[in-house]
Amino acid sequence: MVIMESALFTRSVMMKLKNGSSRVAGVAVVVPSANPPQGFSPHNKCPNENSGVYSESYGPTLAHCNTTVWNPLGNGLSYEEFDFPIFSLKDDNDTQLIKQCYVDHNRPVNGSDPQYPLCAMQLFSHMSAVTNTATCMRRNTNGFTFSPESICEPLGDHNIWAPAKPLNTTQKGHKAGESMVMATARLDSRSFFSEIGPGAESAASGLITLLAAAHALRNATQEAQLSRTIFYTFFHGETFDYIGSSRMVYDMEKNQFPIDLDNVHSVLEIGQVGLFSSSKVWLHTDPVSRRNGSVEEEVKKLVSNLQTAAKGLNVSVEEPGVTQPLPPSSLQRFLRARPFPGVVIQDYSSSFANMYYQSMFDNADSLKMSYPPNLTPEEQLNYVTDTAKSLAELATMVARALFVQAGGEESQVSAIKADELLVSRMLYSFVIASNNSWIQELVSSESAAQLINETANFYISVERQTSLPTVLVQHLLANLTGSTANVTQEDCKNQRENQDDKESKHLYSYSWVQGAAPPNSTERKGFCVRSTVHGTKALSPAFELEDYNSKDYSTWTESNWKQIKGRIFLVASHDLEMLTLGLGIAVLLTSLLLTYVMSSKADILFSTGREPTSATY
Amino acid sequence: MTAAVFFGCTFIAFGPAISLFLFTIAREPLRVIFLIAGAFFWLVSLLLASLVWFISVQISNKESASQQKGLLIFGVVLSVLLQETFPAFHEVFKCFFCFFVLVSGLGFGFMSGAFSVVNILADSVGPGTVGIHGDSQHYFLSSAFMTMAIILLHMFWGVIFFDGCEKRRWFVVAAVVVSHLVVSCLTFQNPQYVSSLVPTYIIMLSMGIWAFYTAGGSLRNLKLCLTCKDKDFLLANHRPR
Repeated sequence: MVIMESALFTRSVMMKLKNGSSRVAGVAVVVPSANPPQGFSPHNKCPNENSGVYSESYGPTLAHCNTTVWNPLGNGLSYEEFDFPIFSLKDDNDTQLIKQCYVDHNRPVNGSDPQYPLCAMQLFSHMSAVTNTATCMRRNTNGFTFSPESICEPLGDHNIWAPAKPLNTTQKGHKAGESMVMATARLDSRSFFSEIGPGAESAASGLITLLAAAHALRNATQEAQLSRTIFYTFFHGETFDYIGSSRMVYDMEKNQFPIDLDNVHSVLEIGQVGLFSSSKVWLHTDPVSRRNGSVEEEVKKLVSNLQTAAKGLNVSVEEPGVTQPLPPSSLQRFLRARPFPGVVIQDYSSSFANMYYQSMFDNADSLKMSYPPNLTPEEQLNYVTDTAKSLAELATMVARALFVQAGGEESQVSAIKADELLVSRMLYSFVIASNNSWIQELVSSESAAQLINETANFYISVERQTSLPTVLVQHLLANLTGSTANVTQEDCKNQRENQDDKESKHLYSYSWVQGAAPPNSTERKGFCVRSTVHGTKALSPAFELEDYNSKDYSTWTESNWKQIKGRIFLVASHDLEMLTLGLGIAVLLTSLLLTYVMSSKADILFSTGREPTSATY
Repeated sequence: MTAAVFFGCTFIAFGPAISLFLFTIAREPLRVIFLIAGAFFWLVSLLLASLVWFISVQISNKESASQQKGLLIFGVVLSVLLQETFPAFHEVFKCFFCFFVLVSGLGFGFMSGAFSVVNILADSVGPGTVGIHGDSQHYFLSSAFMTMAIILLHMFWGVIFFDGCEKRRWFVVAAVVVSHLVVSCLTFQNPQYVSSLVPTYIIMLSMGIWAFYTAGGSLRNLKLCLTCKDKDFLLANHRPR
């Protein structure tokens, strides 16, 4: 058993432990409270390189990070197979106990071996699945026996989307006359350890910017008559080979989605944007699709809209000057279907500014988000950090560009402005603690049980578990783009305006939220929110097609596991144990012998010396 | 600490008792019944003692540690006294053979031993051993030896006590009660296992010898037995007429 400080948690050390000796039974890593200054990323150097659009047939020189390495700090640890458990320990009293146990019993003194009893640790982390997805899915006995036992489950969650204008969502397939501008962001992240997935820069920064932009556009899109509709979309599972975006594209191709690919005009994606320094953001585009004349024209228009929108704001936009591929982004999956004009906004030009991409250190410190000391949680919630200010500027720019892209008038853009306080509150909720007074008011009472007092976990997890970011984004998007509906709770839950309404459920979705408690009572006064927010299943098409060896779609699954726990104790030497056993057997045999002898001679031993009276004559 | 220790300690604690059961009790159903009766009466005495202790703990001041320790000692003493009243019920059974007292004494011992050692044995199966908080490593072993001594002691006490009751020799009865109290209080010496185990074994040996004499044995019989002259003794008594 190895317990190590996180400074030693590097690829070379872990590979040595994995390959060097078969005597390593488990590893425990003590997580420090401060991020390592040199950065750490257990993801690959070229994320999602085989599931994007670049391959031998599409931009072969751009594939596999030949031109630029997106994640240079990546050491690929998350994608290595370890056959022993690796736990992360917080640096608290329990960990101190473990270290003390080692110091007391296992430390060699003066070069000699430590003496028994020795300190031992046992880590329970039983995983049912082995080998790969195809094997474990085959071993699942769903539906064949009375008690279906699954060994592994596919990763999945929900994509959250909302058109700026109501759309008949019950009718699937092509919508005539509709032209959509997709505004997308990703909802998920991960780290090496499953319960920790802060994803502040890799996921939260992008989705918060998009939410703020959607809020800024609420009034403008309702008042103005726009030729195109803005379609806000949040994809889940993008970390694991684009689960969400591949599923949505698949649904669109199979006419299972309220719109289809012909309805999509262009795509604007917000990637990692939390760290833009000297106020410059980068607009990434795909050089291969731009070889097509019409696509090139649309891309140029979108870029110029963004550049115009940035004027007068504390943001400047720039395209990377070289021919390089798109960074890992959901747009790549759209491009796999057909060439769309699209732009991905990132805070870097040639490699991630994020030093902690998909690691447990991608937290508030990674975003350089700090609060003055001695603030209560309520004060922290309402404090506008510098990060919030920058993201709000960016959101304003995105909103204005989207408005113009959707056909809005340039003169009306000055009214579109993102709210800084809103952005700070969202940052606080996703990165610090979701269980705060503001979020409590926006969510339904069933979802309120999921709120926690620490950073949200952005890991997608299996399909039957809805992750906290999904819940938060769903309610936030409804609150920020929708409106309060004056309906009863019963009508609200049944998706209608009143008893006779049969039409509204096709266009809107209604959600009853907790609301705030009025000043002189403790009971919350709930209300109904009417919005166009919907969630669709984000499960890889490979599982619909039952093609578990698919090269086109994500085939990630998570193994079923038993309770995860660990314990420490002392072990005695083997000699002492054998001595005890030997002593026991000796005692047993001796007593058996003695008792046998005594009982067979009992009449002699216990006679009183008199002649037996039975000897009569 | 693994199955080896579990079996080792089980054999140490229950070895003599099991062998006694196998060779002297198992064949006769009546003796088995008396064994169970003895075990039952021990449980009843423990129940009454725990009831009194529980009530006094509830009444007492929970914060004071010395008061709690005092109450524990009181509880142990009371339990011992109650245990000693139950053999008096053997008057009811008015048996004519000392053996039944031995059997019910063994029943007492079995149940007492089981209560004191079974949870320790259950813990000993796991991979670890005692000591992470600084306690002695030899906890399992000394508990097993202590249990063996207690089981045998209960048996010897039963024999002596009954004989004392029968012959109205009250100092014998008092000696049994006092030695039981002494042994129980010796356990408060733990974790200094030497100072509790050695006196206990000395008391056990002396009680064993006393019980041997009470049951009708003598040094002469022992010598005869050991030198295998017993057959001649029997034959010698069958004098031809």
